[in-house]
Amino acid sequence: MTQHKQLQVSAIENGTVIDHIPAESLFVVINILGLDTIPNQITFGANLDSRKLGKKAIIKVSDKFFEDSEINKISLVAPHAKLNIIRDYEVVEKRDVEIPDEIIGIVKCFNPKCITNNEFIKTRFRVEDKNDLMLKCHYCEKITSRSELKMV
Amino acid sequence: MKNKSLVSISDYSRDEILHILELAAHFEANPNQPVMRDKVVASLFFEPSTRTRLSFETAINRLGARVIGFSDSASSSTSKGETVKDTIKMVSNYADLIVMRHPLEGSARYASEQADVPVINAGDGANQHPTQTLLDLYSIQKTQGTLENLTVFMVGDLKYGRTVHSLLMALSHFNPRFHFVAPAELAIPKEYKIFLEKKNIAFVEQTEMNNLDKADILYMTRVQKERFSDPMEYERVKNAYVLKNAMLANTKENLRVLHPLPRVNEIHTDVDASPKAYYFKQAENGVYTRMAIIAAIMGLK
Repeated sequence: MTQHKQLQVSAIENGTVIDHIPAESLFVVINILGLDTIPNQITFGANLDSRKLGKKAIIKVSDKFFEDSEINKISLVAPHAKLNIIRDYEVVEKRDVEIPDEIIGIVKCFNPKCITNNEFIKTRFRVEDKNDLMLKCHYCEKITSRSELKMV
Repeated sequence: MKNKSLVSISDYSRDEILHILELAAHFEANPNQPVMRDKVVASLFFEPSTRTRLSFETAINRLGARVIGFSDSASSSTSKGETVKDTIKMVSNYADLIVMRHPLEGSARYASEQADVPVINAGDGANQHPTQTLLDLYSIQKTQGTLENLTVFMVGDLKYGRTVHSLLMALSHFNPRFHFVAPAELAIPKEYKIFLEKKNIAFVEQTEMNNLDKADILYMTRVQKERFSDPMEYERVKNAYVLKNAMLANTKENLRVLHPLPRVNEIHTDVDASPKAYYFKQAENGVYTRMAIIAAIMGLK
């Protein structure tokens, strides 16, 4: 049996396609990357079928090429995201996201008694474990784990 | 260490710790050394802690400096809603050094980033209290003659007790052996066990206070009722972690009993007269240790 293939989100000429985003993380990813505030053309698809993820989301941003430091921010919510760099309708490069060593201003510290949850302070964590995801708060020194993960 | 804030015990290397202890001994031999006569130190206690504050202010006075500050947040502008940042920015215009106690965890690290002068953390919530750790180390070194290769029993609330966590991290530089004595509900957290395993440091976990004959140091802490989710469990274990003089009968000659104080009932008063009881002397050592820390940070020694 041949599989019927069809693009679920239309192609872009130049820019970046972020694929394999867990469906429920789509809007978090949009937020983290600040896509809601840039003038570029953006198309996205939510709840698309995915053999890997069940339901996935995809974002296509025209004329935008992300720096590693920028795109790696989404690794916490979309660890398996794949980037396709598109030039003239062709995929010229594929990239994975990678969890950075330090995470600044994205995640909330889970500790309600941490100063960052009581005053207006940018959060800062050192990543102690990338597989199990353990984030050590630079301020209160407590560990926030994946199950406690909340975005700022 | 000059001009470097002391926020967490991990800010100091092994050599820096040993340097502080050496200085503390120097101040103990001669406590009146007014080397800071032209300095002003701010003592900012956003929550009351009489013992720690008096110890710091005694140290500052013995060094000849002047103290400004407040002893609880009701008498500071915090009660008007001022942020830590603003208080620290303002005070760092006035003082050469800030000593700070605050109920929120991480507040001291944040203050050290905002201040133009060094900050000494005098306790930030359940997080860190590094000057307590250094005075514990000074007491251990003074009574044992060394910090190396000691067997240290830690008893009581090992889950929430910040003094226990900081002390075990500091002692990890000196090849110790630990016995953790606690009820299951207050057992030492996993992250510290991982830390010790990584450093190849031997430890034993036990729920009963036995094998005390192996100990060089017996570090007691308070088991607090409010830490238990089940009040019945507290009633069941509360007397299991009380040290009585009779229990010291077969212990080593060099054993010393330490406690960060205040104690409630976890050390029976019949221990006080024992030559192995060291907790009151330990508190006195706090003044010399804090003189040493302040002098080192101000670059005076």
